[in-house]
Amino acid sequence: MYRIKSGGLINRNKELNFSFNGKNFVGYEGDTLSSALLGNGIHLVGRSFKYHRPRGIFSSGSEEPSALVQLEEKNFTEPNIRATTVKLYDGLVSNSQNHVGSLSWDFMRINDYLSTFLSAGFYYKTFMWPKAFWEKVYEPIIRNAAGLGKLSKESDPSKYDKGYLHCDLLVIGAGPAGLYSALIAARTGAKIIVVDEDFILGGSFNGENININDNICSDWVKSILSELNSLKNVRLMSSTTLYGSFDHGIYGALEVKSYNSKNTITKPRHILWKIYSKFSVLCTGALERSILFENNDLPGIMLSKSVRHYCNRWGVIPGNNISIYTNNDDGWETAKDLKKAGCNVVCIIDQRSNIKPPIENIDHILGRNIVKAKGNLRISSIKLDNGRIINTDCLAVSGGYNPNLHLTCHQRGKPKWNEVNHCFVPHNPPKTMEVIGAANGLFNHEEMFNDSKIKLTKILRNLGFRKIAVEKVNISKKVYQISPFPKKIPEGKIWVDLQNDVTVKDIKLAVHEGFHSVELLKRYTTLGMATDQGKNSNVLGLSVLSLIKNKTMHEVGTTIFRPPFTPVPIGAFAGRSRGKHFKPFRLTPSHNWAKSNNAVFVEAGNWLRAQWYPIKGEKTWRESVDREVIQTRNNVGICDVTTLGKIDIKGKDSGAFLNFVYANNFGKLPVGKVRYGLMLRDDGIAFDDGTTARFSENHFVMTTTTANAVTVFRHLEFCKQCLKPDWDVHLISTTDHWAQFAIAGPKSRKLLQEICDPKIDISNDKFPFMACAKITVLEGIPARLFRISFSGELAYEIAVPRRYADFFVKKISEIGKKYSLVPYGTEALGVMRIEKGHAAGNELNGQTTAHNLGLGKMVSKLNDCVGNTMSERDELNKDDALKLVGFIPTNKKQQLVAGSHFIEKGQIANLENDQGWMSSVAFSPMLNHSIGLGYIKRGNQRYGEKVNAVNPLKNEITEVEIHSPHFYDPEGELLRG
Amino acid sequence: MNYSGLKIFWEGLTGNKGWNKVWKEPTPKKEYDIIIIGGGGHGLSTAYYLSNKFNVNNVAVLEKGWLGSGNIGRNTTIIRSNYLLPENQPFYEFSLKLWENLENDTNYNSMVSQRGVLNLFHSDGQRDAFVRRGNSMILSGADANLLNDVELKELCPYLDFENARFPIKGALLQKRGGTVRHDAVAWGYARGADAKGVDIIQNCEVDGFIIKNGKCIGVETNKGVIKAKKIASCVAGSSGKLMSKAGIRLPIESHVLQAFVSEGLKPILDNVITFGAGHFYVSQSDKGGLVFGGDIDGYNSYAQRGNLPVVEDVCEGGMAIMPMIGRARLLRMWGGIMDMSMDGSPFIDKTHIKGLYFNGGWCYGGFKATPASGYCYAHLLAKDEPHPVAEDYKLDRFLKGKIIDEKGQGAQPNLH
Repeated sequence: MYRIKSGGLINRNKELNFSFNGKNFVGYEGDTLSSALLGNGIHLVGRSFKYHRPRGIFSSGSEEPSALVQLEEKNFTEPNIRATTVKLYDGLVSNSQNHVGSLSWDFMRINDYLSTFLSAGFYYKTFMWPKAFWEKVYEPIIRNAAGLGKLSKESDPSKYDKGYLHCDLLVIGAGPAGLYSALIAARTGAKIIVVDEDFILGGSFNGENININDNICSDWVKSILSELNSLKNVRLMSSTTLYGSFDHGIYGALEVKSYNSKNTITKPRHILWKIYSKFSVLCTGALERSILFENNDLPGIMLSKSVRHYCNRWGVIPGNNISIYTNNDDGWETAKDLKKAGCNVVCIIDQRSNIKPPIENIDHILGRNIVKAKGNLRISSIKLDNGRIINTDCLAVSGGYNPNLHLTCHQRGKPKWNEVNHCFVPHNPPKTMEVIGAANGLFNHEEMFNDSKIKLTKILRNLGFRKIAVEKVNISKKVYQISPFPKKIPEGKIWVDLQNDVTVKDIKLAVHEGFHSVELLKRYTTLGMATDQGKNSNVLGLSVLSLIKNKTMHEVGTTIFRPPFTPVPIGAFAGRSRGKHFKPFRLTPSHNWAKSNNAVFVEAGNWLRAQWYPIKGEKTWRESVDREVIQTRNNVGICDVTTLGKIDIKGKDSGAFLNFVYANNFGKLPVGKVRYGLMLRDDGIAFDDGTTARFSENHFVMTTTTANAVTVFRHLEFCKQCLKPDWDVHLISTTDHWAQFAIAGPKSRKLLQEICDPKIDISNDKFPFMACAKITVLEGIPARLFRISFSGELAYEIAVPRRYADFFVKKISEIGKKYSLVPYGTEALGVMRIEKGHAAGNELNGQTTAHNLGLGKMVSKLNDCVGNTMSERDELNKDDALKLVGFIPTNKKQQLVAGSHFIEKGQIANLENDQGWMSSVAFSPMLNHSIGLGYIKRGNQRYGEKVNAVNPLKNEITEVEIHSPHFYDPEGELLRG
Repeated sequence: MNYSGLKIFWEGLTGNKGWNKVWKEPTPKKEYDIIIIGGGGHGLSTAYYLSNKFNVNNVAVLEKGWLGSGNIGRNTTIIRSNYLLPENQPFYEFSLKLWENLENDTNYNSMVSQRGVLNLFHSDGQRDAFVRRGNSMILSGADANLLNDVELKELCPYLDFENARFPIKGALLQKRGGTVRHDAVAWGYARGADAKGVDIIQNCEVDGFIIKNGKCIGVETNKGVIKAKKIASCVAGSSGKLMSKAGIRLPIESHVLQAFVSEGLKPILDNVITFGAGHFYVSQSDKGGLVFGGDIDGYNSYAQRGNLPVVEDVCEGGMAIMPMIGRARLLRMWGGIMDMSMDGSPFIDKTHIKGLYFNGGWCYGGFKATPASGYCYAHLLAKDEPHPVAEDYKLDRFLKGKIIDEKGQGAQPNLH
């Protein structure tokens, strides 16, 4: 008999089909996968990690160490799913994992028979010879044998969402203590959130057969839930695991919306919540623990409370002849409920001898221990310490309770041992957390309700809620009495960690070898490292350690509980920030225009910039880029440079401020002029460069490089707020507010004259190189015009408010047709700046000084500016320092490679002879050969010298000539023309 | 006792009763030649090389908690020597060479697994920087390969080549890089040092230094005063707290770095992979867990725990390059305390107090440095001269401007 005819929280009218290892079964609505499997008489569901021993369903909750299955198929498959936590759905597909051969005949079981050679940490002592065998032979074998379930190797097809919630009181766990606390709090009007990992709220009361207020406890749950549901200040969250407690009252929770693959493509599969609470109550109950005896890992051996809950909540009887093994009163409750359900209870074995049986009419054996269980794939009999053998196909084990106190430890609270109830209880929980009920070591319902009342009253008052109405509860007083751990460790193969196969022998060996601190023991034996993170094994392991070391449990202590409480999918932590949504796109104001001009885009930080604009007939990117360069240099080109950082600086002390943040002088910059500025970091290294324009006495506009737009602004804010707080300076980033275009080439002035409003004179006399002005263009559009040049041509940059950008760029390209205006992208921009020897990101890499860049003379010795003193340190000013220079291949047909290193001719290419490196290269269509910029020792004194540019990554050596960095128009006549 | 397969076989047959303690647990002597404060990876490797390579055996390692309880017990286990700067590259290459022979040296299988470290690049500029770095590596005797996207796809077909926000264009591969079973490193070194007579003393916290006439002659501990000719601090994230007891202020801030492990999975990742457009690095342990990490939390802290923003950032980075891991579940997260220096590079140096030595500032790259750090510190302690590959790791380098800023981030510890 597996399923009883009535009772429980399942809907027998709603059948659900599911499969396990290819066989089809039927369960009911309200089942978990494990209750449905047990309801079909299935116990064997998996294999253990190391010895591949058969594993059955051990528990009925999230602590399950054994019943891990591979859920769903193909790209939806998910490994290591605890069958005890999956709400059954129609069409569920599950498979067992970690075996070679079939589940019932696993070849890897051979490890079990060789276990004497595979003791704790054996792998640290062998596999060292021959040396090459580790990566080639031993490690692959170990890797293949290890691990549990499988990933699909395909992209996770499901969606995950994230959300934030805020509340006065967070109730963690919706069992009796949680619901009762929630009710008291809810009636005060406090904003509360109740979370519980189960898909039905009610906790243990869903599986108990006890009366409260003269009704069955599950009815009491229903009545409380109906009141809570009616209140607007309450949010009830089932299937939501509070996985972690973090600083400042922030909690992480995972809501499982569905495991069913069909539901998770358009709707989120899980939601990751961050809950900000003023206070929290931890009502997470307690987990039962097992008892140590030989072969205590066999399928059919289950936790007693779980057996009871399978019977009461799901109407499943997990065996035909069930025995119970206990050391406390709770085991007897299981016997009582099973008997009531009509199950054959063989007998109850209680380790305690001096007790009066709490329940009558049950065959019992007092004062005895089980020494061994027998069976192959399922328990068949047990042997007592008096030699008696009892046949049984299911053994319910109750070794006492461990409070679920993990969340009290996430901020390093350390539990202490309670000598009465023989369990660790919370100690030093976070300041805004209170622990109530079984989670606090109170295993008696009456005490638990009283505990809730007293603590909630105090918490609510402190939160400012005064009107507190307490619901009365009448519950029969249940005694909980437990015997301490036995003083003798049994012999034989006794499992402490069911999943990782850690046995009592392993613990003994580890202690013998010196690994007796709990943390070392854990690391050496892997005790508690399994997917249950020691929920089942820790305290049992510590009990063995305390016996061996002859120390109290308190002295032994626990390892540190760390988040998450139960494992959380990586996909849920990532949410929607994946694929193209990993980071937001920043689009330039001319993006749509560039797109319509066939632009190829490139990522520049979060920006997408036009890289080049291919036209019909061009087969390679080089053809496009060469054309853009040539056409710009011969006629005129336009490039969107909005991505460069723009910072508006206003205030009486703006000039002084610029003097302070730039290495070169800015205070004397006349109104209507632009100046190139070099910024140093506080450690004296070159930080960023750009231009700053002065529009009025107290108004400057700074530009930064695209890459450093954010960091420069942050740096300026730091300088203003922390270093010069008294100065009248106001900063605002206007990068996104002004669309800026470079218009470069000999015909740029003519083109601009056509769009500038009539009164504006931009002739070379009135608007020379490095001039700036606020103007209007295209009949009144406000604009800022700068006569600056990155390309080396006669060039301007013009900025218009972003909202006019699309119109502006369309209009100017229309007008520009007669001047053969060409749009150019970042590649052409890069080529032209290399031809001109301008430093950019590859040169300003945070490791180079003004001295290296050849800009040493710019650094003001007089002003007190950021970085100038530090830049004077000896090591940064050595005679043989690296200098930024240009390079030309001797054989002009050769292409230079950025990242090559320079070695003097005739010398061996090694670190000692390393003279510098090539930072940027380009093919110059103007010179018709490859050119490069790079740093080489004393480079500025070595023009004309030939050295080797070596690229050992590709075994290439290229002879290059050291050249001035200015390849094109070195005198700068064009840009002034 | 020599460890071997044969020994395991024999012990298996005879009930595993003949194994010795891996290290003894002596009570501290009154005086030693050298006291090493800190029984973590670097402290134990220092003790190991002092006793095994420099014949200095009258040494104690004082550990305030349990052996290996610092960052050697919580890290992402990556070893590599793919450094750029000439002050760093030879040091880390020396370290990698020591790793390669570690099992033979210590007769302890710390599972040095040279499975290859791949640094992905996503832009032309990043490729140029990796070419420069790869060439630096080869010039100083290390190995490096530059893979284009086709070659990378063959090696790691699961990377998101189609849909990535930042296209994966290739990778710098160091084949000799890989992973190590981190705890075993501490145990192997401890066993090797213990065998040569080093006293490893756990649960022994240093409360203060005994300094007379500008010379450090011993330490005060919870187990009493212990004297020594030389005192060597080696306490990573606790460096600031410890050295302040000697009145020394360090160019170091302490920051939290989190590390993560997933549930056990059948083999799926054969290499170490690092993301170039976000902060994420990952490998799969021999046990099957994905071991991964990312950026530091960013605020100063001595608490060995982190917070959610970085957890999310790291997982987003993971999903961005390998979206197959979405259904792998994060099992455990740790926080360790990093000794972040002002330029991102470490110190192995004397202090201005005679007899007091300092090793620290490893930022969050200390694990891979463990053997060389110990070796070079042992060299300094034994000979009072820096080892050639560590001679630039000086405390006064900021004064001279000989900064070693691998990332070019400047004097802001939380950016390295």
